[in-house]
Amino acid sequence: MPTTDFLKNRAVPVVLFVALALIPVYAQVFDDRFVMLFATRILILAIAALSLGFILGLGAMVSFGHAAYLGLGAYAVGILAYHDIWEAWISFPAAILVCAVFAAVTGAISLKTRGVYFIMITLAFGQMAYYTATSLSAYGGDDGLTMWGRSEFFGTSVFSNDTSFYWLVFGTLLAAFLFLKMVAASRFGRVLKGAKQNEARLQAIGIDPFAYRLTAFVIAGVIAGLAGALMANQAEFVAPAYMSWHRSGELIVMVVLGGMGYLHGAIIGAVAYLVLEEVLSGYTQHWRLIFGPLLILVVLYARGGILGAIKGRAP
Amino acid sequence: MNQPVLDLKKLNKAYGALKVTKNVSLTVASGEIHAVIGPNGAGKTTLIGQISGALRSDSGRVFFAGRDVTGLSVAKRAQRGLGRSFQITAILPDFSVLENVALGVQAKAGHSFRFLRPAAKDPRLNAKALECLDAVGLRARSKVRAGDLSHGEKRVLELAIALAGNPKLLLLDEPMAGAGPEETARLVSVLAALKDRIPILLVEHDMDAVFKLADRISVLVYGEVIASGGAEEIRQNPAVREAYLGTEDNA
Amino acid sequence: MSATLLAVQTLNGLQLGVLLFLIAAGLTLVFGVMDFINLAHGVQYMLGAYLAVAAYQTTGSFWSALLLALVLSLFFGLVLEFFVFRHLYDRDHLDQVLATFGVILFLNEAVKVVWGAAPLSLPIPELLGGSIQLMENLRYPVYRIALIASGLGVAVLLYVLVTRTRIGMLVRAGATNPDIVAALGVNIRRLFMIVFGFGTMLAGFAGIMAAPILSVEPGMGDNLLILAFVVIVIGGIGSIRGAFLAALLIGLVDTLGRSLTTDVARMLLPPAAANDVGPAIASMLIYILMAGVLFFRPSGLFPAGRS
Repeated sequence: MPTTDFLKNRAVPVVLFVALALIPVYAQVFDDRFVMLFATRILILAIAALSLGFILGLGAMVSFGHAAYLGLGAYAVGILAYHDIWEAWISFPAAILVCAVFAAVTGAISLKTRGVYFIMITLAFGQMAYYTATSLSAYGGDDGLTMWGRSEFFGTSVFSNDTSFYWLVFGTLLAAFLFLKMVAASRFGRVLKGAKQNEARLQAIGIDPFAYRLTAFVIAGVIAGLAGALMANQAEFVAPAYMSWHRSGELIVMVVLGGMGYLHGAIIGAVAYLVLEEVLSGYTQHWRLIFGPLLILVVLYARGGILGAIKGRAP
Repeated sequence: MNQPVLDLKKLNKAYGALKVTKNVSLTVASGEIHAVIGPNGAGKTTLIGQISGALRSDSGRVFFAGRDVTGLSVAKRAQRGLGRSFQITAILPDFSVLENVALGVQAKAGHSFRFLRPAAKDPRLNAKALECLDAVGLRARSKVRAGDLSHGEKRVLELAIALAGNPKLLLLDEPMAGAGPEETARLVSVLAALKDRIPILLVEHDMDAVFKLADRISVLVYGEVIASGGAEEIRQNPAVREAYLGTEDNA
Repeated sequence: MSATLLAVQTLNGLQLGVLLFLIAAGLTLVFGVMDFINLAHGVQYMLGAYLAVAAYQTTGSFWSALLLALVLSLFFGLVLEFFVFRHLYDRDHLDQVLATFGVILFLNEAVKVVWGAAPLSLPIPELLGGSIQLMENLRYPVYRIALIASGLGVAVLLYVLVTRTRIGMLVRAGATNPDIVAALGVNIRRLFMIVFGFGTMLAGFAGIMAAPILSVEPGMGDNLLILAFVVIVIGGIGSIRGAFLAALLIGLVDTLGRSLTTDVARMLLPPAAANDVGPAIASMLIYILMAGVLFFRPSGLFPAGRS
């Protein structure tokens, strides 16, 4: 039945995006700049979480180095800005290119392996990107690089105005979501989902999943790189900390917290994680003392994540 | 005389000092079911691996559909038309029955780097998939989650998945294993109906099914083919009786 | 680079390698036997260092601090095992990663609350103070030599335990084929406890030994944990021998690489560029090494299943 189908598959993401679209209205009416900036930051990380959720949920690729792409995207924008190139039409494609190459090379090596090897190797490559950034003394090294401004879009200041920047981030998230949703339903997505369930079966019908996994890995890297490019603009600052393995861990937490069976789970997870962090850190600067055990409890007892809890069972 | 579809020439495989297959040569011609039987540990699973491409042979060659496929991977051999079922059922449990078979169709319809159109609604895939489900009598269950099928239905589904790839040969690894008597009867009639179109290499424990279906039977003992011939010939062969059938009668 | 500097860097590399081995050994044993990926292994190393500092503050003696911290490391490890880890053994790796990540967040923060965020240190014991003349122009601190020696001692001990004892046999069998161990009627729970406790003590021991020469601070285990992963990946999961050789390899390549790459870069590039490029390449070196090893040997140099 179409109505229950809608309730099952469409209602949550539609409500989610409508709610996100209302935030600028709320900020306008109540003159609340903080909510606007906070929401922008959430959505940027949601883009990165979404891209990770795509390979994690569809392809069971537990990449523990996903923050590297946030950093690479951010550094592409930051370094170009340092050399006085502010045009987004140059810096964003540069970010995409850098991330695609990094994902293709590290993915080709990591995806030859499985399971724990894959987790450790992606973690190690993420760390490689991190330490490379700290050793870039020309671009601030450990301390990072301050950008004295934001990207321009054919000379316009889309990036500099809070509201238009929010819409830009929102649009990127929505576009990424719709794109990945389409890919998930396509023949390509079906191969990924099949390979996750039984690789031997796929080989036996004549499909070697490697190239498909690698392509998905590159797609995810590029989308996370876009998030990084946006993040550099939001913070007007880039630093190795963007790629720390804690950030990679947080991205995985977001995906699992939201619920892995659905692409929008990652977005919900990002919102939940960052709001929880904000609330907990309002009580104490040692909020991790609470969050750590909370995470353990979620893993042990709430396996479907937030969406799993909403729907009553894990998908 | 036309060329056999599958032609194994002196396949060998050893693990350390243990020789698991020794100079195994056999053929499958079009229109026939060639069964391979043998006691546990005879090297049947290893042989299947060597044919499918999962295991690399130490020596010997595998010719399939007139081409030497010895160096090809599992996926490449499947692309050339080698369809197979597994001893331990290998289906995609979270997909629907239809989707399992449709992926088999998709695998043969060129590469799958197609990102735009939803695969689930693709009539080109689904029509052919339903046809294959019809052929094995599983169409009524097409919308069921494959993981929720009964054990016997899963075995039949595997066959449908293999058929979806328009195979030139079916390599079936104990398709009756774990199936009930009714399901076995159904599988036997399905396979009997198929063999004119698609030759079959059948590795099977169920002797009744083997003697009912097979045109030729090869007996594998300790990695060696000790006898090969028609059903009656094999039944009468004293070496076979001693090595194999005598013990299997009680099972 | 002079011969003296090369010798010093080699010793420094060995020292890092030994520390890495102590951490990687526990990690690879636990993974090999229990199929359990424990990200919290790095914070257990950190905890060892903090416990040593705390024990020294109460007892005033390095040696009793060593002993006390070792016992306490084991105790806290078993507490973690009881409350968290044992519920994860039959979960998938993703769950294990997440839950142990939660343990990291908690413990890194907890040491901050208890001991503050500022780095602490542990004085070198008098017995191992000073330095000795190794070559002409080369004096090397006794403590660092003792650290290398103790690491090598642990390696020998582990080798004997794994190859000569019943538990060791079970550990080796478990890494290759866990079902067989279960079929032998072994009490798996107890075997897990022993292996886990042993791994924890090794990590704690590494932390204690590192405390006098490295700064004791929150997060000090994170970096070593990831290096230990690289060690395990190169050495082959579950293989003690692989962990040992790979740890020394990584220790040497990383340490020597840091001093050599800039020199090499200076030969090829103008000095300013060399000073930028050298460190960047040096920090990538071990990861490139890992990628290279994996390319030729996807399951590491000494995969447990085969040796």
